[in-house]
Amino acid sequence: MEPSRALQLNREELLRAYRQMRTIREFEERVHTEFSSGAIPGFVHLYAGEEAVAVGVCMHLTERDCIASTHRGHGHCIAKGCDVKGMMAEIFGRADGLCGGKGGSMHIADVAKGMLGANGIVGGGAPLACGAALAAKTLKTGGVAVAFGGDGASNQGTTAESMNLATVWKLPVIFVLEDNGYAESTASSWSIGGDAVKRAEGFGMPGVRVDGHDFFAVYEAMHDPIARARAGEGPSFLHVKVNRYYGHFEGDAQTYRAPGEVQRLRAEMDCIERFRKRVTEAKVLEEKDLAAIDREVLELIEESVRAAKAAAYPPPPALLSDVYVSYP
Amino acid sequence: MSKKSFRQAVNEALRQEMERDPTVVLMGEDVGGGMGAPGEDDAWGGPLGVTKGLMSQFGRERVLDTPITESAFIGAAAGAALRGLRPVAELMFVDFMGVCFDQIFNQAAKFRYMFGGTAKTPLVIRTMYGAGFRAASQHSQCLYPIFTHVPGLKVVIPSSPYEAKGLLIQAIRDDDPVIFFEHKVMYDDEEDVPDDPYTIPFGEARFVREGEDVTIVAIGRMVQMASKAADALAKEGISCTVLDPRTTSPLDLQSILESVQETGRLVIVDEANPRCNIATDISAQVVEQAFESLKAPIRMVCPPHTPVPFSPALEDAFIPSPEKIAAVVRSVMASPTRQAAA
Repeated sequence: MEPSRALQLNREELLRAYRQMRTIREFEERVHTEFSSGAIPGFVHLYAGEEAVAVGVCMHLTERDCIASTHRGHGHCIAKGCDVKGMMAEIFGRADGLCGGKGGSMHIADVAKGMLGANGIVGGGAPLACGAALAAKTLKTGGVAVAFGGDGASNQGTTAESMNLATVWKLPVIFVLEDNGYAESTASSWSIGGDAVKRAEGFGMPGVRVDGHDFFAVYEAMHDPIARARAGEGPSFLHVKVNRYYGHFEGDAQTYRAPGEVQRLRAEMDCIERFRKRVTEAKVLEEKDLAAIDREVLELIEESVRAAKAAAYPPPPALLSDVYVSYP
Repeated sequence: MSKKSFRQAVNEALRQEMERDPTVVLMGEDVGGGMGAPGEDDAWGGPLGVTKGLMSQFGRERVLDTPITESAFIGAAAGAALRGLRPVAELMFVDFMGVCFDQIFNQAAKFRYMFGGTAKTPLVIRTMYGAGFRAASQHSQCLYPIFTHVPGLKVVIPSSPYEAKGLLIQAIRDDDPVIFFEHKVMYDDEEDVPDDPYTIPFGEARFVREGEDVTIVAIGRMVQMASKAADALAKEGISCTVLDPRTTSPLDLQSILESVQETGRLVIVDEANPRCNIATDISAQVVEQAFESLKAPIRMVCPPHTPVPFSPALEDAFIPSPEKIAAVVRSVMASPTRQAAA
């Protein structure tokens, strides 16, 4: 299928998409390195390899729209416009992080930007997206909500309940199942009983399967769901087949994967390389445009890490603040 | 001012707040009732009629019936609260927390802290609790200690119709997630309740009566039981303070400590199961902060460590009664007076 609408993206939009995908990639590659060196505490779950999904989806969104994210939330944050330096500082646990260092990688959020948080609970986000969609509908903002969830979350009751409620309440919400092949170490081909798209159809919403390595395919696939949501016609579903380049969490030896699997994916399926090839062959963008973005992104990431490492940790009183708006 | 039932007081608080603030919405199972069914709209107004009439007045966009899907709609209420609504979600029986607790304690309760103070979640979850309805083990529990344990939640347990109206209006106007407990056997209780809206602040205990010999702290419906016990004890010459904390989070520990410093004796009445409940929590804090004031051991009047039984004969034995409370107070009065620490 020729993704006609996606190719109608103008030069600025294509540059923005490329910049975001490249930013996510370099952010995650650097977090991988920094985590390995011991500079980052806790758990991190990297989005490298899946960039086309977050960016292809969020290209359709504005600040009035919301997303609910997952464990693997850095890519969603960047695609939704969160500040990269603030994100890096957050992951380093510093006071000037997006959440003051109190959330970290698994809870990174920027509610004002419509990013309702990465989520430490698999399947935790879908009900929240329904709520954001309900608020948009009730307050007549014209906004929509996207519930990102992985193949693991697709088997949680919260996801099924939310899909049903979204149909019953006719909510402007789009469920995006990012099926990266593994829920932790368990293959999605084993864990998803039946067919995810048919599940969506069973809940009365249109569902399509899409290649998550192809930015243009994802962007195209989101067109009808967004139009349907904005028109007040209810929810939709995307089953995005994609791959991750790193483990479930950093430190995962990934012994459940086939030998050479990730190398093959990087060589043959990479979403950023595919994007480059597509836009340069179509002569919409030139290599030098992309190379300039690559340099700028690397500088941004370098500066983000430098600033994060130099930043102060939250002061001791921060332990006790922000539990409540008010508490006598 | 007119006589109103607990049910009417809750209904009036919801109605007045919905009239005042268009961002207040209700949601829950059968809060209107009859959705999609051939008979009347607004058929139920909740299983015990507490929200009756609100769907007729405010329409289906603000009074949202839900499927039986607590995880989805409690979570949706939390998400909507993040984005500008003030949802009042009804968790029909608190026992049903088991199917949606993640959305309450991992999501709504923690947003503000996890997000570094950049979010607020003005969410109220109204829920029925308590024994005495012959509703058996899965529809009769208290469970407020579990919510009280969670930072980020406020927990409100009104003890009368007047208290219910003022505390519910406060809950709806509050910017934090509030769990609002309504005892299912109290809905027909009546007392004078002002017609105009009013609020009762959280974290300020109510002195139901003041006495000199013993402080009785009682939670929710147990305030009535403790007051009856205090009436009986007064005739025997034992003078009791009865203190209603109103909210277990925040807890007005200061008022409890001040009362204990005056009376030197403390009895705590809690309908929740006895391990790690509000009585044990208050007891621990009083021992830690006012040990020197105690003339006698603290005593707790609670149900046994069992599920709530069905048979009326057993359920009546499960619930703390005025007689049990009075007996415990007498035993405290009979304890050898402890020498105050030097």
